[in-house]
Amino acid sequence: MSRESQIGVAIVLLLLSGLLLRAALADQPWGVVTVLPVENDPAEAVREVSPETPGVQVSVARTTGLWLAAFFTLACYSYLYKDNPAYKLTESIIVGVSAGYWLTASFWDVIVGKALARLMPEQMRAWALPNLDPADPDFLTLVPLTLGALLFARLIPGGAWLARWPLALIVGTTAGLKLVLYLDGDFVSQIRNTILPLVVFNDNAFDLDGSARNILLVTSVLCCLTYFYFSVEHRGAVGRVSRCGIWVLMITFGSSFAFTVMGRITLLTMRLEFLFRDWLGLLPPNVS
Amino acid sequence: MTTLTAILASLQRLDRRWIFLAMLIAVLIPVLTRVTYPETPTAMTSAVFNKIESLPSGSRVLLPLDYDPGSEAELGPMAKAVIRHCALKRHKMYFLTLWPTGLPLLERNLRQIVEGEFKEVGLKYGVDYVNLGYVPGEAVAVKLLATDFRKARGQDNTGTSLDRLPMMQQVRSAQDMDLIMAISAGYPGVKEWVLFAAIPNRIPLGMGVTGVTAPQMYPYYPNQVVGLITAIKGAAEYETALAAAYPDEMSRLDASGIQRMGPQLWAHRLMIVLIVIGNILQLTRGRGGRK
Repeated sequence: MSRESQIGVAIVLLLLSGLLLRAALADQPWGVVTVLPVENDPAEAVREVSPETPGVQVSVARTTGLWLAAFFTLACYSYLYKDNPAYKLTESIIVGVSAGYWLTASFWDVIVGKALARLMPEQMRAWALPNLDPADPDFLTLVPLTLGALLFARLIPGGAWLARWPLALIVGTTAGLKLVLYLDGDFVSQIRNTILPLVVFNDNAFDLDGSARNILLVTSVLCCLTYFYFSVEHRGAVGRVSRCGIWVLMITFGSSFAFTVMGRITLLTMRLEFLFRDWLGLLPPNVS
Repeated sequence: MTTLTAILASLQRLDRRWIFLAMLIAVLIPVLTRVTYPETPTAMTSAVFNKIESLPSGSRVLLPLDYDPGSEAELGPMAKAVIRHCALKRHKMYFLTLWPTGLPLLERNLRQIVEGEFKEVGLKYGVDYVNLGYVPGEAVAVKLLATDFRKARGQDNTGTSLDRLPMMQQVRSAQDMDLIMAISAGYPGVKEWVLFAAIPNRIPLGMGVTGVTAPQMYPYYPNQVVGLITAIKGAAEYETALAAAYPDEMSRLDASGIQRMGPQLWAHRLMIVLIVIGNILQLTRGRGGRK
């Protein structure tokens, strides 16, 4: 066994020892989800409550879920040490569960909720949507349904050309919608937002902060635009302004990267909170 | 000098996994000690808070929660804070999501906050809040919601026709809303709400976004959107503003945004140290190479 693998085994043994120690020292239940039955609520049979609540029951299904979630969290982070079978298993399960969830949600919300509910309202009311209002079938729904089905024609040898019709509709509609709205929101409005007074007065008094902010904003925009203006060689004054544009872009990318890192740290924080509060019970529960 | 050279040489060969371990410790200790730091709301966060606060009680607020579990850490706390604010102000809340994977999170927020924390207030489904569920169609769905709710979604999440719900009877589209408060992690999300709903129809729009998307959304403030809550920092600022305005109500509720800023601070300090060390190593290696 390589030294790297030995350290990996040692980390796993350390985690297991920690769990045993937690179990030995625990003075109250941990690692279990306790529930109370909910009456007269079709959407929810049981509700999660704290273990101290009178009359609680341990939910086997939710407790299993809790332990699986803890295992998957640790397995995901184990990749930082080394690629391993636990990480690969977790990765595959995430992909599979996501795909399954998307498929199911799309079936119930799009095929049943939007298409079949309009096409066969009475049948859908009897089968899946008891609160649906009575209505006449809307046979126009057959048009998008047929077009949607035609997208799968790509899978038929020699029938791929049929998929071009719905694709043409999708591309045309998207382009038409976005062209006008992007032109308004992202182009005209943004130009208007950049036309700012360079000397700002507030209540007849000179506003240094506002002026500096507007000057910086307008200058940055002009520098960036110069950087992307390739009809003139970037030499001399144009080159220097263009270089300032690069700096502005770099600062923007740096800001984006820093925000991304911030998001990843928040994710780590949340998973640690989950492990130490929800799973191990070492942190006090959220106040509510 | 020899010792310094040896330290620098060993740092050059440092296994990156030591850095991962250092980051884990930097984040774990504040999580376990539950250390928090004061936050001051910025102008963009305050603008959203003031808008919701200034709306008269009973105003209609559309709350699209367009995010999935991958962004829950950043957007969950701000969604909770905004929902609590709307519930405290007794606004009528219209929930929906453009992400199918966002639906369980939306339902959990309803259970925990509207039906849990505010149970004593007695907010009624269909009268004070409604769950329109997952609205398929991405950008086109936003366009439809902005023109006719019933074309985008004829039923609520339980399959009940919208016309049967009292709070939907006066509502035809998003144009009937007093505010759209979109909380989003990407596409479809705030950008679509700005371009397809807010700007063409002049509907006031507040945004809550992840850090990754924030720089792309800044240009819309203040002329096209009311305000912007940015990542976990924005959530912590919103919680601070909420606690200042409603100290009694908020004292019994958790503030996970503020709580998660403690680990942020220490992780950022560690990163700054690592960046400085990395640059020193790069400089010394450069000099060595030139020699």
